[in-house]
Amino acid sequence: MGSHYEAPIRKPLVTGNKTYHQISVDVARPIEGTANKQWWIVFSIALVLFMWGIGCIIYTISTGIGVWGLNKTVGWAWDITNFVWWVGIGHAGTLISAVLLLFRQKWRMGINRSAEAMTIFSVIQAGLFPLIHMGRPWLAYWIVPIPNQFGSLWVNFNSPLLWDVFAISTYLTVSLVFWWTGLLPDFAMIRDRAVKPFQKKIYSLVSFGWSGRAKDWQRFEEVSLVLAGLATPLVLSVHTIVSFDFATSVIPGWHTTIFPPYFVAGAIFSGFAMVQTLLIVMRKVCNLEDYITLQHIELMNIVIMITGSIVGCAYITELFIAWYSGVEYEQYAFLNRATGPYWWAYWAMMTCNVFSPQFMWFKKLRTSIVFSFVISIVVNIGMWFERFVIIVTSLHRDYLPSSWTMFSPSFIDIGIFLGTIGFFFVLFLLYSRTFPVIAQAEVKTILKSSGDNYKKIRDKDGK
Amino acid sequence: MANKFLHAIYDDDDKLLDAVKLLKKEGVTIEDVFTPFPVHGLDHLLDLKPTRLAINAFIYGCLGLTVGLLMINYIMIVDWPQNIGGKPSFSLLENLPAFVPVIFELTVFFTAHLMVITFYLRSRLWPFKKAENPIPETTDDKFLIQIRINKNEKDLKAKVKKTDIFKIDVVENNDE
Repeated sequence: MGSHYEAPIRKPLVTGNKTYHQISVDVARPIEGTANKQWWIVFSIALVLFMWGIGCIIYTISTGIGVWGLNKTVGWAWDITNFVWWVGIGHAGTLISAVLLLFRQKWRMGINRSAEAMTIFSVIQAGLFPLIHMGRPWLAYWIVPIPNQFGSLWVNFNSPLLWDVFAISTYLTVSLVFWWTGLLPDFAMIRDRAVKPFQKKIYSLVSFGWSGRAKDWQRFEEVSLVLAGLATPLVLSVHTIVSFDFATSVIPGWHTTIFPPYFVAGAIFSGFAMVQTLLIVMRKVCNLEDYITLQHIELMNIVIMITGSIVGCAYITELFIAWYSGVEYEQYAFLNRATGPYWWAYWAMMTCNVFSPQFMWFKKLRTSIVFSFVISIVVNIGMWFERFVIIVTSLHRDYLPSSWTMFSPSFIDIGIFLGTIGFFFVLFLLYSRTFPVIAQAEVKTILKSSGDNYKKIRDKDGK
Repeated sequence: MANKFLHAIYDDDDKLLDAVKLLKKEGVTIEDVFTPFPVHGLDHLLDLKPTRLAINAFIYGCLGLTVGLLMINYIMIVDWPQNIGGKPSFSLLENLPAFVPVIFELTVFFTAHLMVITFYLRSRLWPFKKAENPIPETTDDKFLIQIRINKNEKDLKAKVKKTDIFKIDVVENNDE
């Protein structure tokens, strides 16, 4: 027991007197059982939304981008808002599994699997938007550097949009292999428990024949550590590059050097909020309250509070610098944001993102599950508005007052956005019934140091 | 000739570590250990050499960096230089800041993927690969030490029985 010592002041991360075997049973239960009625209801709703979205995408592609609410002045609106929103949400997964691994935060183990799944699913949603906005998605391969004969020119490596292509595709694929490598031992556990032949076959296939040799584990841990070390700068680079899409332009309101850190903080903020939303529901539905404890929820709330405050500082810095720069266009862009026709979007963003996370200073509120859930939804909405405010309010009043206009989304814009939400939940709900949603092999390594039963034994022994 | 193995099965990671220590002291050669999760300190006890995957990763990273640099230099500077926004398009060095993001992403891409592929190949992991853990419980809550038997079954059994054992199995397999 001595080698598993952990300071008694640290709260248990696994509750309910678990044994190693019990952890396997708990993690395998949602996979081995059948779906309940609520799952089918939510899944059906998500599927209908997804189908609706597909319809809108087909309509867009067959008719043209003109079916969106875009106009000559606002040439970028919902599509890029949704893209940045989804990419931002996709940041928490890698942050939880990579950064918290480097910092040796054990509480990541209860939540990292689902957070990474969320990352992959939301980056898929994000990727859809630029693809559709190309208008001719079958020519999407033109964004890879291919020789001249295919088009007239090479791709432009000076362009932040091309940087985005490299950043997002690297992020998606690296997150995927990171996720899958971590899944191998857990798939193997499901495989070795499976009684139905079909299930056994599938999980043998996806577990790549994982056997759990001492040498394999040594390599596994090294690979996890190096991948975490790689994913940490990667995750920061991805949203930095997304922010370059705006920051390297000369549009007042976009042309700011604070964008990279501000976007990264916002991404972590929105990502954690989405993890919170999903896990509060999942821990209940899949009976995982012993692994995703109130302690986990509280810690995530603290991250939300801190990153929300960083985002708040960034908003205020932007305002200050706009004034301090002495550039009248810059000053007008920000004045227009806060007091112009889109004031309601600006103040919705301020309320949801800066004001609402401050409630988390109160222990009573940040340990309330219902309250955490509500705030996580509020933050998700607020972060959508942040991107909308940055994008639309900076564009709709340009240098030529005669072209000033407003943007309103068409039902196709709305349909595609709802479609991606549906697609996301379809993927996540399927995941929650077929994948080990807790990194059980990793949780087993911390059971003796952070399990409540072992903590009690240590307290009694006084060591 | 058929291979004969002794499988010493434990139900706790600490018992396993103690057993490995004891068996090592007794001069027993441990062929392999199967565990459901990484048991810390086990690789040192088994005298496993440190893995060189991280060194590999570094080499792959250098490769990615080189590929990125050469590719961008060829495309943007050598093959078809263009005036884009007045940027210095005839010098790699002067235009380098704009190329940093893609070169960085390619470095990460090469490092991560080639390292994971190396890991999968070295540990023999791929789709349709048959699992080799001797009993299925080793992915759940059992820890198994595999020892090869060369006409010393009795002696080995006696040594293994001194440890805090859960179960002993003797298996023969012909397919190796």
